[in-house]
Amino acid sequence: MKILVSVKRAIDYNVRIQVAPDGSGVVKNGVKHSMNPFDEIAVEQAIRWKEDGTATEVVAVAIGDDAVAEQLRTAVAFGCDRAIHVKTDDEVQPLTAARVFKALAERESPDMFLMGKQAIDDDANQTGQMTAAKLNWPQATFASKIELADGKAEVTREIDTGLETLSVDLPAVVTVDLRLNEPRYLKLPNIMKAKKKPIEALAFDELDVAAATPIKTVTTKAPPKRAGGIMVETVDELVAKLKEKSLI
Amino acid sequence: MSQKILVIADHHDGQLLDATGRAVTCAADIGGDIDVLVLAHDGQAIADEAAKLAGIANVHLVNNAANEHAVAAILAPQIVAFAQNGGYSHVLGPNTTFGKDLMPRVAALADVAMVTDIMAVHGPYEFDRPIYAGNAITTVQAPDAQMLVASVRCASYGAAEKTGSAAVAAATVEAELPTHTRFVGLEQAKSDRPDLQTAPKVISGGRGVGSEENFRIVYDFADKIGAAVGASRAAVDAGYVPNDMQVGQTGKIISPELYMCFGISGAIQHLAGIKDAGTIVAINKDPEAPIFELADIGLVGDLFEIIPALDAAVS
Repeated sequence: MKILVSVKRAIDYNVRIQVAPDGSGVVKNGVKHSMNPFDEIAVEQAIRWKEDGTATEVVAVAIGDDAVAEQLRTAVAFGCDRAIHVKTDDEVQPLTAARVFKALAERESPDMFLMGKQAIDDDANQTGQMTAAKLNWPQATFASKIELADGKAEVTREIDTGLETLSVDLPAVVTVDLRLNEPRYLKLPNIMKAKKKPIEALAFDELDVAAATPIKTVTTKAPPKRAGGIMVETVDELVAKLKEKSLI
Repeated sequence: MSQKILVIADHHDGQLLDATGRAVTCAADIGGDIDVLVLAHDGQAIADEAAKLAGIANVHLVNNAANEHAVAAILAPQIVAFAQNGGYSHVLGPNTTFGKDLMPRVAALADVAMVTDIMAVHGPYEFDRPIYAGNAITTVQAPDAQMLVASVRCASYGAAEKTGSAAVAAATVEAELPTHTRFVGLEQAKSDRPDLQTAPKVISGGRGVGSEENFRIVYDFADKIGAAVGASRAAVDAGYVPNDMQVGQTGKIISPELYMCFGISGAIQHLAGIKDAGTIVAINKDPEAPIFELADIGLVGDLFEIIPALDAAVS
């Protein structure tokens, strides 16, 4: 089977982000970026299927400016066969991303579109669901286990009430959760080899896609700081403080 | 212009969930007529419960065997058809896993953008929402010429009071429902403890607890003070507790009056889940642990000595 897997470039999850003093957003210049951690899990899953013979071709796709090529190289170093870079210098919101991904899915006809469940920058958690809706494909979000058989996927989903299992016909969009797998560390020879693999560049109009009416950002600010806390030395002191506040 | 808001009810096992009432509170901040839509198999009791939520005008109940399980691909076309026929300006759902799965599908079927995690309302189309694991708050303005689909950050809103008596009306929707998605089963972690997302007190354990067996003392102490039990990702990944107990950016976002955590260092992703707690108490043996920067009360020490002492002190 053929798999498309989407990749987003985001500020690295270990970075303590800084809000720009003028309220225009968060400081991105000179800040370490990497592949969104959920996307790494999606890529890892696709490559495991390639290694065990389940998948015949894995194609990494991304939308964004020139810098995104770095994350597509990473995806290829994982073992993706090729990559498609849909180029734009504008901010891409989930509805627009879904329109692009729908066009790519129609062009590539994969059996599955794997995505991260959310990007850790906008925390929107929308793109997979929106892409599935646009394609009228099934969706299985927050996957922690995926089993494939007979043109169907049985997906275990992490939901508030426990673990739900859905059976979906393929092709489907599946978004992955943290516990699906542990992504591998990349080896240097693979990173070197990845530089030779093709990355196809496409523009929105080549896919016949237009950006959706965006949600505008008015301002971005730091969250309110909590009042300074205190340290206590003993359990008795702690209990006294909690009783003072009628919490126990 | 007056708004007409549709709130999608989140329910499970024949019970209306508290999250629905929280979404209604957010809807009241937006202002306008508020209706609740219950999509269920046999949902009369759920609809009756929803009708008690203060501030709502009507409850619409769509009973359909296809709605027995909350499958987004089946619910979304019904919601879009109902909302468009009813001329709703806003469609809101809670940011539970139900709402997170469903609402973007609703938005995309209607071909409109969506706002995730409304935490404050500035106007009918202007909201605050958290980004970067809550390390920044952004004010966004959604297009006002189209239906707005959004999810409500439950931790930012209390549940609407149950003093209302709205009318419940059976509704039908004309929508083609897909057959490509089937519910297979649900493995539920059984617990008699209060619900983690709505409990006024939460006790959490992290990697420092050390093992599944050791979590027993966390549970025992939680039971003693009537608290729900949560955990960090490290504790879930280590297999000490099931994943539905995870608190943080990718787990549950909670706002209890008291949050006490044992053996949790305080990674950015965990802090994202507890920033709205009333009082945060941290117990950790590492005085440099980042959790102490956020905690209202910190105590440096070994949790295996402190929990029994706490236990004794509150007895």
